[in-house]
Amino acid sequence: MSRLAGNNLRLRRGARAILNGIDMLVVTGEVVGLIGPNGAGKTTLLRALASLLPVDAGSVTLDDAGVDTLSATERARRIAYVEQSGTAAWPVSVVDLVGLGRLPHGRGLQRQSAADDAAVLTAMRATGTDALADRSIDTLSSGERSRVLLARALAGRPEILLLDEPVAALDPAQQLAVMELLQRLAGEGMGVIAVLHDLSLASRFCHRLVLMHEGRVLAEGTPDAVLRDEHLARAFAIQPLRGAADGQAFVLPWRRLK
Amino acid sequence: MRAMPALLLACAAFSALSLCMGPHGFAPGIVAQALAGEETGRLILIELRLPRLLLGLLVGGTLGLAGATLQGLFRNPLAEPGVIGVSGCAALGAVIAFYTGVSTMLPLGLPLGGVAGALIAIMVLLALASRDPRISTLLLAGVALSALASALTALALNLSPNPYATVEVVFWLLGSLSDRSLEHVFLALPFILAGGALMLACGRGLEALTLGEDTARSLGISIGRLRRLAVIGVAFAVGASVAVTGAIGFVGLIVPHLLRPLVDHRPAPLLLISIPGGACLTLAADIAVRLIGGEVELRLGVATALIGAPFFLYLVLNLARRAP
Repeated sequence: MSRLAGNNLRLRRGARAILNGIDMLVVTGEVVGLIGPNGAGKTTLLRALASLLPVDAGSVTLDDAGVDTLSATERARRIAYVEQSGTAAWPVSVVDLVGLGRLPHGRGLQRQSAADDAAVLTAMRATGTDALADRSIDTLSSGERSRVLLARALAGRPEILLLDEPVAALDPAQQLAVMELLQRLAGEGMGVIAVLHDLSLASRFCHRLVLMHEGRVLAEGTPDAVLRDEHLARAFAIQPLRGAADGQAFVLPWRRLK
Repeated sequence: MRAMPALLLACAAFSALSLCMGPHGFAPGIVAQALAGEETGRLILIELRLPRLLLGLLVGGTLGLAGATLQGLFRNPLAEPGVIGVSGCAALGAVIAFYTGVSTMLPLGLPLGGVAGALIAIMVLLALASRDPRISTLLLAGVALSALASALTALALNLSPNPYATVEVVFWLLGSLSDRSLEHVFLALPFILAGGALMLACGRGLEALTLGEDTARSLGISIGRLRRLAVIGVAFAVGASVAVTGAIGFVGLIVPHLLRPLVDHRPAPLLLISIPGGACLTLAADIAVRLIGGEVELRLGVATALIGAPFFLYLVLNLARRAP
């Protein structure tokens, strides 16, 4: 079992504390939803966990060893990161783009091995992008592109998957498909942190939620424990509508609080 | 890489044609004379046409490779060796060598000044880039350096007390492969080989950079190392090229753009095929300026600029149309 942890992470930009002593943990086998209003520091936290952003204080550890003790390649093999609205500079084909996920496993510029090809195909099938394999990335819809970028991360077969708003550009059916996929990946032994804005998806599909507000963790735990009225009022200034279906509780943003 | 054999074949054909070209048009007789063992023919072939051919291959290949490297690094099809200020500073270095008299004291003073200028440009860029690692900063710093270099070059020409010297420098700045010796080839060769090797080592990083800096770094690529490899490689190879031939613009812009579809738009294989691609375009243009002939030879740099500048404009308009 692997565990990625951010410990007491702090980052200031000028007078503003963007990360103000954040602790964050994900272990393999769980989907953690990172929620919070715009500007709460979710993307910054995700980038810090992915070692893309130096923090002022605190540490990021993978299995209790500092990630900075790992080589860049080793870290890339174990932790994958998908940025929000990533764009390709060149109109490469989907299969070549997904193949980039194999770079940390590669030996220079040699041709991809059979194992690489298999990993790429598996990732494309899991995300439903195999039919797009030969399409150029710039001919895809934003939803298709999001799934291709997710496939790119899965192709590396990471232990930890960090996703910044993976369902933001997707239609409702695709949102459900991706959340189900994340659950399945966790079931297969991956640890997932996903930045989400949709509270009902977060409550239904995540094992745990972390609610950020103004650079701090406002609440953390099971969806029921985090999505309480007082937390939603403080973080989002909303009153939710609650319901239940198929034995599962759901939460909808219903009314803005004055 | 299916295009590689065809490009190498085209290179061989242009090379043969280039050896058959005299300064004022097609003159294959010299080659026949040289092959027959005649001294004059041999001298013309070895002393004039061979250096011209070799420089065309080396400088053309360098410009193609450097263009592909910079476009991959900047994730921008408009990047070009001139953009990061290397060509401009190399030209300025050569002009300074001329002014200080180094070029008259040393037979190769002018080219050495060019290499020095390119190296200084790179040191300034690296110092700036170490403060702010974003690639856009490097691009803007290159634009600023280019502007500064051309201003200082213009100042030097403006204040020149010697009109003959001014004319000589201006003609050198126009860029040409003519009247170069094997000495020029040997001066540039080690820089071009070292720079070329550094640029070719960027392939993996440039592939990863397709999806931006964050994704590349998450794939285990050190952006700092990639940038150093690319920038120093370009400085060495292009600095030495500009030093011996003057600035031959736009080859690095046109070649990667035309060849990119042949490698499915992937940055790493584009590096390799841009070498013969650049050599082919440069040799073809150099053959064309000799075919056109005339009293005064059209300078190669002028010819490539006449083709390249409208092409640059076309690319900009095309990008503007495709932008959301």
